[in-house]
Amino acid sequence: MSATTSSSKIEVRIPTILRPFTNGEKVVSADATNLAELISALDKSYTGLGERLLENGELRRFINIYINDEDVRFMGSLTATLKAGDSVTILPAVAGGC
Amino acid sequence: MTLRISSQHVEAILEQSRVEYPDECCGVILGPEGSDRAEILKPMINAAHSPTFYEFDSKDLLALYRELDDNSQEIVVVYHSHTETQAFPSRTDIAYASEPNAHYVLVSTRKEIAPENEFRSYRIIDGVVTEEDVEIVAAL
Repeated sequence: MSATTSSSKIEVRIPTILRPFTNGEKVVSADATNLAELISALDKSYTGLGERLLENGELRRFINIYINDEDVRFMGSLTATLKAGDSVTILPAVAGGC
Repeated sequence: MTLRISSQHVEAILEQSRVEYPDECCGVILGPEGSDRAEILKPMINAAHSPTFYEFDSKDLLALYRELDDNSQEIVVVYHSHTETQAFPSRTDIAYASEPNAHYVLVSTRKEIAPENEFRSYRIIDGVVTEEDVEIVAAL
């Protein structure tokens, strides 16, 4: 068996507010082995989406991204690895202040 | 545009804001997808525990959205309290309003209007705030 690192097709769930970028699609997919690659791949297919998720190359503070049920902030954020069958969910934070 | 809400829910939200004072309280009201019916009140923990900021814990947020998915529900109302300022969306509220279909309810517990409270509702879409009428009913 050869040990090749091939990209995996990752399912990504898109929140309502970002669906204008994905032509209204709730679920899209992209090939990636980690979150940074995934965001890059998504941005190639859906122009402008990357900018809503990243600021100065970092994950935006008030965007939550989960791989399966884990918040990526506990998995290395942009370096979090992805494997075939993983499902990524993007949820903007519900937050505010006075 | 109007928010139709039961008096029970209004009272529960006001009570929650008093109980959690001096921190901001927060939560949602859910309803069947597409219905605009504010049926199920779900107070949420303010993970920021702050008198000037609120945020749903990221795990709670995921659990909430999974529940919405499972039950074909949507967020009809997002509410939070302003402890010392008016019940009007702040710049921060507007910047982080990420549910374009929701009614954003603000209550104010500021001392200068005690024992009265303010309970107001808004739509926040693409950074634009529009206040709406609140129709309080005995039952939805």
